[in-house]
Amino acid sequence: MWQGFQFVPDRASTIARGVDGLFYFLTAIDIFFTVIIFLAIFYFAIRYRRHAQRQQAEQIEGNLMLEIAWTVIPLGICVLVFLWGTFLFMRNARPPRASMEVFVVGKQWMWKVQHPEGVEEINELHIPVNQPIKLTMTSEDVIHDFSVPAFRVKKDVVPGMYTMEWFQATKTGHFHLFCDQYCGTNHSLMKGEVIVMEPAEYEQWLSGGIRGGTMADAGAKLYEQLACITCHGTGKGPSLAGIYGQPVKLNDGTSVVADEAYIRESVLYPAAKIVMGYKPIMPTFKGQVTEEQLLQLIAYIKSLRPAETPAPKR
Amino acid sequence: MSDHAASALAHQFEDLDQQHEAASFGMWIFLATEVMFFGGLFAGYTIYRNLYQPGFAAGSHMLNVTIGAINTAVLIGSSLTMALAVRAAQTGKRNALVTFLILTILLGLAFILIKLTLEWRHDYVEGLAPGLNFTFAGAHAKSVELFFFFYFTMTGVHAAHMVVGVGILSYLLVQAWRGKYGPDRFNMVEGTGLYWHFVDIVWIFLFPLLYLIGGRY
Amino acid sequence: MGWHGKQECKCRVKTPAERLGRREGIEIMTTAAADTETRVNYLNADYGIKSWLLTTDHKRIAILYLLSISMFFLLGGIAAVLIRLHLIEPNGAIFEPGAYNKLFSMHGIIMVFFFLIPSIPAVFGNFLVPMMIGARDLAFPRINLLSWYIYVIGGAFTLYAIIWGGVDTGWTFYTPLSTTYLNTNVISAALGVFIAGFSSILTGLNFVVTIHKMRAPGMTWFRMPLFLWAMYATSLIQILGTPIVAITLVLVALERVFHVGVFDPAVGGDPILFQHLFWFYSHPAVYIMILPSMGVVSELITCFSRKRIFGYSFVAFSSVAIAVISFVVWGHHMFVSGQSVYAGIVFSMLSFLVAIPSAVKVFNWTATLYKGSISYQAPMLYAFGFIGLFTMGGLTGLFLATLAVDTHVHDTYFVVGHFHYIMVGGAMMGYLGALHFWWPKITGRLYPDGWARLAAAIIFVGFNLTFFPQYMLGYLGMPRRYAIYPPEFQTLNVLSSAGASILAVGYVIPLIYFLWSLKYGPAAGPNPWEAKGLEWQTASPPPTENFAQIPVVTEEAYDYK
Repeated sequence: MWQGFQFVPDRASTIARGVDGLFYFLTAIDIFFTVIIFLAIFYFAIRYRRHAQRQQAEQIEGNLMLEIAWTVIPLGICVLVFLWGTFLFMRNARPPRASMEVFVVGKQWMWKVQHPEGVEEINELHIPVNQPIKLTMTSEDVIHDFSVPAFRVKKDVVPGMYTMEWFQATKTGHFHLFCDQYCGTNHSLMKGEVIVMEPAEYEQWLSGGIRGGTMADAGAKLYEQLACITCHGTGKGPSLAGIYGQPVKLNDGTSVVADEAYIRESVLYPAAKIVMGYKPIMPTFKGQVTEEQLLQLIAYIKSLRPAETPAPKR
Repeated sequence: MSDHAASALAHQFEDLDQQHEAASFGMWIFLATEVMFFGGLFAGYTIYRNLYQPGFAAGSHMLNVTIGAINTAVLIGSSLTMALAVRAAQTGKRNALVTFLILTILLGLAFILIKLTLEWRHDYVEGLAPGLNFTFAGAHAKSVELFFFFYFTMTGVHAAHMVVGVGILSYLLVQAWRGKYGPDRFNMVEGTGLYWHFVDIVWIFLFPLLYLIGGRY
Repeated sequence: MGWHGKQECKCRVKTPAERLGRREGIEIMTTAAADTETRVNYLNADYGIKSWLLTTDHKRIAILYLLSISMFFLLGGIAAVLIRLHLIEPNGAIFEPGAYNKLFSMHGIIMVFFFLIPSIPAVFGNFLVPMMIGARDLAFPRINLLSWYIYVIGGAFTLYAIIWGGVDTGWTFYTPLSTTYLNTNVISAALGVFIAGFSSILTGLNFVVTIHKMRAPGMTWFRMPLFLWAMYATSLIQILGTPIVAITLVLVALERVFHVGVFDPAVGGDPILFQHLFWFYSHPAVYIMILPSMGVVSELITCFSRKRIFGYSFVAFSSVAIAVISFVVWGHHMFVSGQSVYAGIVFSMLSFLVAIPSAVKVFNWTATLYKGSISYQAPMLYAFGFIGLFTMGGLTGLFLATLAVDTHVHDTYFVVGHFHYIMVGGAMMGYLGALHFWWPKITGRLYPDGWARLAAAIIFVGFNLTFFPQYMLGYLGMPRRYAIYPPEFQTLNVLSSAGASILAVGYVIPLIYFLWSLKYGPAAGPNPWEAKGLEWQTASPPPTENFAQIPVVTEEAYDYK
């Protein structure tokens, strides 16, 4: 049975309808102008074709009013489309505060997904429906792109930095996940699925998958293994309690917000930014932690409330 | 003299004036492309200098300002002799032209020699040559390496332009010695002059950017 | 090279006019007048390989370019055919993914840098710029020859890279993939493109100086044919943009060798800096590819409607406006790259702006047809095709400039459809139109117009069938540069491949009748199309010095009565 040819992918996110609407408007504009140009050419070509009675043309220099009209009208349409598209884009740029976080590490040629609760997936992302999901992503090697056509979102996944995308699924099901930035030999095999479930189902799936504890737990273990506490718990290095999301004053007088990127940089390139009042003695852990482990450390640090700094073990 | 004038005029031009204007304009356009070419390097340098200030300052401090300043003087001097050479060509003074061309070539060679022996070789021996011999392991080693990468690339591209310039000047010297240049045939000298001044100006930007940042004084 | 010994074929019955199917009163030279071909022209003025390889005649250099560009087009076209054949099957019909990646990289690099960018400027610009402004040659003929040699050397490096091992970076060389993670011939391919870039720069330099300084007496800026305005605008981009990609590729090569961290984040570099530097050139580059075709279309529309262009100054200024604005829109290739939201907004706004001058041109060309006296020879059919397809493809550019929509279609087949509509439906049609219009001038021969029109129609149909489904594939989510794709995309892929086979046939037909015309085509005479323009006031093929006397211009451009 022919279900009807699909012109657009599944509309499975809150923004899909809006994007499709703008897309249809643009398509209408495109068809409209293409048709009038084609028709005009057709009509003029036939009506004014050369024949015995029409060897010469009527020389017309131009018409200022027409020039203005066909400059201003397209400009108006462009302004409209620009504003519309920008409005949608801005609305989709910032994730809602209550977003559920998931962490993604791309590498040639697979997706490694970590849920804060500790579940890890490869090439699959399970999420609950009707819940905003914020992905924090990085790459271990080259630039990839986490693309979910059904949600109308994609974002490049760049080594050396965190990029973010967010979406809220509106229906359950399995949806394509593509790598959308050419990344080498098996770029076209770097595919997966986003699996959207009912909340209850999702909880069940989640609890079934937890093995060794949450990401923050794993981060705590790493924190201990790497002996971070020897400085950060003794005053040699700044306390990390409650720093996530707060401004940090640096020794050159500037101030920076302690977000994921800052924490990552501090672990890998500690000399880049020195907190005011401290010496630049932190060693680098580059090569000792993977991108996933960095995300776990970040999850741990995020979880530290002020006055909850773990005391160094005696 | 008319034979000389006639042979000076290329077949596609109507008169010498048009030929001169075209040659001059052509060289200016070529210099515009060179600005864009170096511009890419300057843009990259600026961005990384901003990103890695301590490392770049440290790297800059390892350069020898005195030698750099000497080289700057050498180059400015060579621009002077070049301008005088162009004047000599325009006024048909063969001996002056030859003299000033020789001086410009010598100064250009001096610049390249100073760079090669006193600076680059020194940096290589000191272990500051990225990819070839980089052994610096102090603070901000990676950004220092990046600084030196830009240093060698930018001064290297600049030096390559100088070498080409010296080559062209040598050709001009031979032609000038043979008396080929005069008031109706000096486009090549003038064009090369423009090119030489441009190479000089690039250095005048390179010197402060590479040698003088980081508030060493 | 046997250019001599052309003779009328005596074995046919029909007159030249009947055989070539023309009715609109175009001059045909009889056998007697064909004797004029034994007169000295630029083709037979000198013989031997040296006279061609050491020529400084802009017309001969144009022929040299025509031959080498055609060869690259053939190579890039073969790659395209193989790609479309491979994509018939979701699991890939022919190649392993690694080989497929090399194939699309080769297709892109060859088509962009060795076909489209030089095409009209190097062939028709070189041939026509001096003639259209009433000069004997370009300002710097030896630099012109040098630019061809540079092109050939760059091509040699690239061919080496492609044949001995291949390169799989894509034509975009994104880092750190290209600097650190590929072990294919990245450096030689980058070197080939780097070298070829200088050919582009020198060509642009030559044109700018020529147009500024060597116009014939009476040829003011606003009496120039619009083709020259287009070449001028194109040259501005070539001069100012190409050096940036040159130095960027040098940095990629150096990074590959020395691993210092210019673009590789593992050693402190910024991969997005590469994207900024690369696209700063490569966006204006696409206007290098389209502006010349727009210039050609202005020539074709006016000639075949016997009318001056509607809104001359608007079309002229639009060309320059496109060139200028093209330099500030590069970030629209990077909306999802991780660049800031605000940068995205600025680039989106500017990208909409660059669409306006193109729209103005389309309307002016269409208005030129009004009350014209229109004939439908092959060049005019290509002009019609250009206008329609460029309109459609250009408008899809608006989709890509729109932030919210681009987020969905970035790096999908929608983009592939968009740029092929412009490059093939636009630029290529302009190139073919130019070839069909100026062939009689360049070779002194006419070709059969009936076959030419048929080929144009086949190309039009094949083209749309190939690339329209790609818009749909893109919005449905099929990513580009995929060797293997989900099965639900197969139908559209098969349609696209079917179209490609028709398109290929359409491209082969002109090859046949053009070659045929060299030996059997009737002599063309100086002005078979009765066109205005100084290049038509001299013989076909022209004498080496172009004009017996430098003309004095008293008429406006397109002074058709």
